[in-house]
Amino acid sequence: VNALAAPVLGGINAQVVVDAIGLGATYALMAVGIGLVFGVLRLINFAYGQLIMAGAYTLAYTSSWPLVWSIAACFAVVIALSLVMERLVFRPLREQSPTVMLVTTFAISFFLQSIALLIDVRDGTIGQPVSSLVSLNVPVTIAGVDIRKVTIVAIVIAVGALGLLALLLGRTEIGLRTRAAAADFRTARMLGVNANQVIGLAVVLSGALAAAVALILTVQSPLVTPDFALQDTIIVLVGVVVGGIDRLWTATLGGFAIGFTTGIVNGALPTDNTVYLPSIVFALVIGVLLLRPAGLFVRGRSSVVDRV
Amino acid sequence: MSRLDRTAIVELLGPVVLVVVVGILTTQVSLANQLYFLNALVSVAMVVAIYVFVGNSGVLSFGQISFVAVGAFSSGVMTIPLESKQGVLTDLFPILRDHTLGNVPSLILAAAVGGVLALLVGLPLMRLSGLAAGIATFAVLEITNNLLTEWNKIGPGATTLSLIPESTGAFQAVVGVLITIVIAFAYQRSRFGRMLRASREDAAAAAAVGVNVHRQRLWAFTLSGALAGFAGALYVHMLGSITTDEVYLDLTFLTLAMLVFGGTTSLWGAVVGALAVSGLDSFFSQAEQGINIGFKLTVPQGTTLVLLGGIMATMLILRPSGITGGREFSLPRLPLRRPTSKQ
Repeated sequence: VNALAAPVLGGINAQVVVDAIGLGATYALMAVGIGLVFGVLRLINFAYGQLIMAGAYTLAYTSSWPLVWSIAACFAVVIALSLVMERLVFRPLREQSPTVMLVTTFAISFFLQSIALLIDVRDGTIGQPVSSLVSLNVPVTIAGVDIRKVTIVAIVIAVGALGLLALLLGRTEIGLRTRAAAADFRTARMLGVNANQVIGLAVVLSGALAAAVALILTVQSPLVTPDFALQDTIIVLVGVVVGGIDRLWTATLGGFAIGFTTGIVNGALPTDNTVYLPSIVFALVIGVLLLRPAGLFVRGRSSVVDRV
Repeated sequence: MSRLDRTAIVELLGPVVLVVVVGILTTQVSLANQLYFLNALVSVAMVVAIYVFVGNSGVLSFGQISFVAVGAFSSGVMTIPLESKQGVLTDLFPILRDHTLGNVPSLILAAAVGGVLALLVGLPLMRLSGLAAGIATFAVLEITNNLLTEWNKIGPGATTLSLIPESTGAFQAVVGVLITIVIAFAYQRSRFGRMLRASREDAAAAAAVGVNVHRQRLWAFTLSGALAGFAGALYVHMLGSITTDEVYLDLTFLTLAMLVFGGTTSLWGAVVGALAVSGLDSFFSQAEQGINIGFKLTVPQGTTLVLLGGIMATMLILRPSGITGGREFSLPRLPLRRPTSKQ
């Protein structure tokens, strides 16, 4: 018996930890996508999952194309859809309350899901398989731990994308403008930041991340349905708020943390109790929110008014 | 009668008359259409229950449907006839398995269970506000759904709970909704309701004049939970059978959308929003089968959801304060009579 694969604590072993990191990395990517748009627009985009769903359907319907073209189509569709969403939905909502924004993005999510259903059921069945990426689902064995290639891909994409994003936001002028807008939109505009430009950048980046997540998720679950990525989006939204939505890096950590925790708890639970996984994770969420309402990774206290 | 009282009576009469009219229509339409009307009425009860907390406090909650769910399941489990219950739901706790309740006691039980659960959940959660509150209430919904779906000792688990007496006809629906509306109206005009509404407009200012914001939110959350549990009982007695999926995410989003569609900050908005969205839903569902409105209108299968989602989104973008603008019902103003002198 290989030492690394042996149980360390409960059911937690190296295998579980690697899978948990893979899930955390995927959720971190989604968290960045949600956090970027929240940063400049103060809008929680519940319809983010439907961008991923659109990307996944694109991959499914272009499965017969050369892989590069199929992936390019996926990015093109998702980025185009997120730009359309920004123009038709986010822009008119800019001055509205967070509640109205959130509920409107619910409606958009519902709308996009029902359109997907309408397109999907034309062939008489619900669900389209993505066949072009199955080779990524085979495991490779490294030091006795089976790691699916997609887990490695997810971690590499996450690290790469976050690194590039850090460079873009930290080292370029448009990045500086975006950060300024995220810190204080009104003041940044007064100081000459072009609002539509930074919002456009945030929306395009968040769309590209959604497309990347679509790639990863379709490898893990190749059958694409209208509610594809819906449950993941909900968990990431929760993670983002738990981590601290006001800063991009705390939001990202929150996304990673909830994915990682879900993976670890899932491994630690006895098999006949894994059905209670959501209860345990969400109970942890409530606990963290009560102790640190401004966010798990946020330093210092939130403002007085917010604590009322 | 003072002018204020007259305004209040009109504000209450608007929703009441509307609900009674829908109730009378329910008894006049064909049996097939009756379900649409009953569904609309029960939606009103749910949305008003949500409004009591969300509308008055301004704090978004995704958790109220979990109280609808526990209300529906407690009332449903307790009204299934004993002989069939003991045969089907063998894993239940003995106290649930070996007892049964009548219709009205089961409605009261549902309200009590919803209220107690909301109080327990609200005690820690009502200290939160803003997004943290929204997400925490969401976590409550997830936990409730997970436990109801998996724990066979308190309910049917992942199977369908069926054989529930279908006691919610037009009469029970209308009376139930009217009770809900009157309680919600009495609450929002009470001392507690006004304090909470003050905190909605400016939490810091309300706290400064001595409103205990957390406590006021807790009372509203508990009342809202009780009304939601009651609405759940009405719902389950309308359907006759239910799964946990029917009182989960879709219903949460639909009812919240109804509230925002109508206008979050008024009781009138809650009632109108629920009826309008239910009406649209029923109309398009009918149109998929072909409907006669002067001419024969038929829309393709599956377009109901697209149209409904599209209309809701468009409405929210174009008129974010809802159909009613968040104002209570009032009669069209007559030209002002200028008082010349005091009498």
